[in-house]
Amino acid sequence: MSHHIVEVKDLHYTYPGETRKALSGVSFRILHGEAVGIVGANGAGKSTLLRHLNGYWAPREGSVRIGDYPVTPRTVKQVRRTVGMVFQDPDDQLFMPTVFDDVAFGPLNLGFSPEEVALRVTRALETVGAAHLAERPPHRLSGGEKRAVAVATVLSMTPDILVLDEPTSNLDPRARRKVIELLHGFVHTRIVATHDLDMVLALCPRTIVMREGRVEADGPTLDIFNDAELLDRCHLEKPFSMQACPVCSRATLPARQP
Amino acid sequence: MKGVESGLLDFSRLEMLAAGDSPVHRLDPRTKVLVTAAFLVFVVLHGKYDLAGLAPLALYPVAAMALSGLPAGYILGKLLLASPFVLLVGVWNPVLDRGILVTVGGLPISGGWISFASIVVRFALTLSAALILIATTGFDQVCRGLSRLYAPKAFVLQLLLLYRYIFVLAGEAARMVRAFRLRNLSDERPAMRTYAALLGSLLVRALDRAQRIHMAMLSRGFDGEIRMSRPMRLRLADAAWAAFWIAFFILVRRYDIPGLLGQIVIAH
Repeated sequence: MSHHIVEVKDLHYTYPGETRKALSGVSFRILHGEAVGIVGANGAGKSTLLRHLNGYWAPREGSVRIGDYPVTPRTVKQVRRTVGMVFQDPDDQLFMPTVFDDVAFGPLNLGFSPEEVALRVTRALETVGAAHLAERPPHRLSGGEKRAVAVATVLSMTPDILVLDEPTSNLDPRARRKVIELLHGFVHTRIVATHDLDMVLALCPRTIVMREGRVEADGPTLDIFNDAELLDRCHLEKPFSMQACPVCSRATLPARQP
Repeated sequence: MKGVESGLLDFSRLEMLAAGDSPVHRLDPRTKVLVTAAFLVFVVLHGKYDLAGLAPLALYPVAAMALSGLPAGYILGKLLLASPFVLLVGVWNPVLDRGILVTVGGLPISGGWISFASIVVRFALTLSAALILIATTGFDQVCRGLSRLYAPKAFVLQLLLLYRYIFVLAGEAARMVRAFRLRNLSDERPAMRTYAALLGSLLVRALDRAQRIHMAMLSRGFDGEIRMSRPMRLRLADAAWAAFWIAFFILVRRYDIPGLLGQIVIAH
C-alpha cells in the first residue's frame, strides 16, 4: 500500500522578507501506520514543515508526496482529504457555533449526504468520547474537551494520515493522559510535532529531530533520547520518564540555604 | 476590564435564554427573522412626528416577551444600557426644531421634543425586537435562518465568525489589560498612547488568529460555501405567527388605531 506514505524530499522554505531559511533541505519518508514524533527547539522549523504537509503551502523548492499525490495546487483537495491536521490552539480549529456543526464542517464540504454526515459526526464524537458535547458551543468546553473535539473534527473526514501540532499543550495531566491514550488507539499514520518528549516516548517508536530547518536526526525514539549530546545540541532534554527518579536523585540538587 | 468580562457574562445569559422552551422558542428561525425584519421596517416607516402611530406597534415586543417568558427586567436593562447612544443622536432635536406642534393641557410642545421622543421609542422598539429574536432563537440559529432565507453568504459567515470569536477576542483583551494594570502601579489614568498600543497589538493578534482559522478551514475543505445541515421545518404555527403579525403591522400602518380608539371612547 503506497497511499498512506508521506515523503518529503529536499524541502526548502524561506518566509517572505526574511533571509534565514526556515527549512533548508528537509527529507524523510514516513510509511503506512507509523507514528512519528517531530521534535526540536522553538523555531527549528516544525510548524513550517507541518504547513507543507497538508498543502497550505505548496513546496517551492523540493517536493512533498502524500500517498500517490505530489502536493501541488491541483492535488491539494485530495491531499487535504488524506491528511487530517489538528492545530495547536483548538480555538483556531473550532470555528463553528456548535460542536456538531464543527465536526460536520469537513464531511459537508466533502459533499456527503446529510444522513451520512450525521453518522460520521456521531462516530467521530464517540471515538473521542465527546458524544454528549454535540450541541454545546465550543467556547464553553474545557481545554481537554476542546482538544478531543478538535481531533473529532478531523476524524469525521476519515483521513489516512493524522498530523498533530502540540496535541498535549495547555492540558492538565489527566486530560493529557487521555489525549495520549486516544492517539495511541489509532491505526492511522500519525505525525506529532511537540515539545512533550514523554508523549513521544509513549506514542511514537520513531522520532525526527529538527534543528535550524534541517533534520538533525531520524531514528528509533529510544536511541535518540539516549543520545545526550544530540539532545543538548538541539535544546532538548531527556524525557522525565527516562531520567532518574526525582525523589531519589534529590541529593544531586544544590542544597538550599535556610 | 470589568466591563469586558461582564459583557461576556451577558452573552451567556442570552444563550441561556435561547436554550429555553416556549411557543416562541419553538418557531422556525426563519419565521422569527422575517417577522422581526418586517417589524423593523414598519417601525422605521413611521414619520418623525408620528408618535401616536408608533404606540400600537409596542404590542409585538410585549406579546412576544410575554409568550416566550423572557424576563422583562433583562430586556429593559439592556435598553437602558444602550440608551446613551440614542440620547446622543436625538438630543439636538428639541434645540433645532422649536416650532410648536401640539399643546397638551396648555403646555406647548415643540416638534423637536416630539421627534426626540419618537427616536427614543423607535430605538426601544427595534432594539427590544432584536433582543427578543436572539434571546428566543440563539445567534447561530438566527444565522442559519438568514442563510436559508438567501442572505448573502459572506454576510452570514461574518456574523457566525464574529459571534464565535468575540469571546476569544474579548478574553485576549481582558488578559492584556490585566497584564498592563498589574505593571502600572500609579493611580494616574493611562495615557491615550497606551491604549493605542494595546489596541494595535490586539489587532495584530486578531489578524494572526484569522490567518490560523483560515488555515484550519481550508484544511477541512472550505471553498467559500458555508454548509450547515440541520433540518428546518415550517409548521402551521409559523405561518399563523407570521401572518398575524404582518397583518397587524399593515393594519397599524393603514389605519390610525389610537385615533379610532379615541373616537370610540369619546362617542360612548
